Amino acid sequence: MNSASALAELTAHEAAGLLRKREISAVDLLESVLERVAAFEPRVQAYLTLTEQLAREQAAAADKRLAAGGAPPLCGIPTCIKDVVCTQGIRTTCGSRMLEKFVPPYDATVARMLNDAGIVLVGKGNMDEFAMGSSTENSAFHPTHNPWDLTRVPGGSSGGSAAAVAAGEALVALGSDTGGSIRQPAALCGIVGVKPTYGRVSRFGLIAFGSSLDQIGPFSHDVEDAALVLNAICGHDARDATSAPVGTPDFTSDLRHGAEGLRIGVPREYLVDSMTPGVRDAVTTAIGAFEGLGATIDWEISLPATGAALAAYYVIAPSEASANLARYDGVKYGYSYLEGRSMWENMELTREHGFGEEVRRRIMIGTYALSAGYYDAYYIKAQRVRTVIRREFDAAFARCDVLLAPTTPTPAFRIGEKVNDPMAMYLNDVCTVPVNIAGLPGMSIPCGFEAGLPIGLQVIAKPFDEATMLKTGYAYQQATDWHKRRPAL
Amino acid sequence: MPLTREEVEHVARLAHVGVTDEDVVRFRSQLSQILDYFEVLRAVDTEGVPPTSQSLPLENVTRPDETLQPLDQEAVLANAPLRSGGYFRVRKILE
Repeated sequence: MNSASALAELTAHEAAGLLRKREISAVDLLESVLERVAAFEPRVQAYLTLTEQLAREQAAAADKRLAAGGAPPLCGIPTCIKDVVCTQGIRTTCGSRMLEKFVPPYDATVARMLNDAGIVLVGKGNMDEFAMGSSTENSAFHPTHNPWDLTRVPGGSSGGSAAAVAAGEALVALGSDTGGSIRQPAALCGIVGVKPTYGRVSRFGLIAFGSSLDQIGPFSHDVEDAALVLNAICGHDARDATSAPVGTPDFTSDLRHGAEGLRIGVPREYLVDSMTPGVRDAVTTAIGAFEGLGATIDWEISLPATGAALAAYYVIAPSEASANLARYDGVKYGYSYLEGRSMWENMELTREHGFGEEVRRRIMIGTYALSAGYYDAYYIKAQRVRTVIRREFDAAFARCDVLLAPTTPTPAFRIGEKVNDPMAMYLNDVCTVPVNIAGLPGMSIPCGFEAGLPIGLQVIAKPFDEATMLKTGYAYQQATDWHKRRPAL
Repeated sequence: MPLTREEVEHVARLAHVGVTDEDVVRFRSQLSQILDYFEVLRAVDTEGVPPTSQSLPLENVTRPDETLQPLDQEAVLANAPLRSGGYFRVRKILE
């Protein structure tokens, strides 16, 4: 790689510093990223849609704004947005044939906020169809390949966004996380991924999957970048009734406060039997390293309902999905089968052909769980288990400031390995789903490698206490350099 | 307990999702396996525990009733599979 292309390896805060000093231009930075896109995209396939022309216009505009002074920190930063976020005038597919030609007539609130912040949109990130999956293999268009090993998955559902950042095809990205879809691909691609507290980021314009669980968040190389993106996208939005009416702190202000005196808990149920030896070693070593940073560690925290969290999730998320996806009836937008004998036949065939197998499977699970005679046994029972899970977290947070755990039990698996076994795929999410069920903020940060594949450490905090979560991750990254490793593509 | 073929077809009809004969065979086995997995929920004691539908303590969220600029009609209809003037066109429901 020549020096121009090396610009794409900068973190956003490093690039922002150079942009402000006018040592580089936003146009140079974008061209460096586009050079990588051209070189790597045939093998990585992180994007569903590239917006090069728009990006060049935005980069030129960013340079003007930077020259005028007072530009926001992300001004001129090349960014990937997961294709689940509506972007006005830019095709938004959600990884589905159903929305292959859908061009949103409005921007999601987060897309508008990032525009206002001056980001440069490189393109829309590949994903599992309707964000249902843990490998990005459920994309209706193509799989994405893990930049650390192209024969392996990048994780999912936000696998395109994660792979784009890991490969230097964007400096930062947005994903969405319903059961781990930001944290799991971040872990598998060796980068940082943050799921904010439920309600912290507006979901207006986010194509809905599980409305009580979905949350938008950033991917980046380090925690400081994640804080900068959070600063740009958090805040109350009257157009999302579940947006929390709370103020947004400056997430960069507490970053450097260190881990001295931090009370860390390790929930023992998260050290699951299915962990590989490499994940067990890397995660326990990373947690142990916090003692050297002045934190106290309680290895005996217990969250007994953890074993039921995955089942509760696979009742709640498909139930909500079956209701949310009822809107795809072939009438107002999206794929429409028109050749049938009746309106009802057209609707059934629209949904048979427009949705992929996993989406239809989850609609069926959800429809069954909500149907007469099963609603109490499955849906209401899962909602009661949700209360138990949240109470257990609340009790743990009376004793600890943050919880540390693995993000995933294993590093990236091979493409094709689990695609025909839905239960094996669901078990990837065993350490991440409880955080969504309880509505907590969670983050994955790189903490090591096993056979050349990245491993993620999960940091979980109290609701709306992203500041402590970020401070914890930042302290770890000052003491380690896992986040500085880049794949050799 | 495995689902019957009829149960799978009934759920597909409720969801208005078309399924082929092969889909029914595959979904029957996969959905049965997933429903079996849900049995672990029974092990959690939820006696007297209220259900939580979402994690924020928000109820009855309202906003001021103000007139806003709606989306442009042409932009909204641009994605319509069938349209008639300013309307979405649908097939008749009653034969």
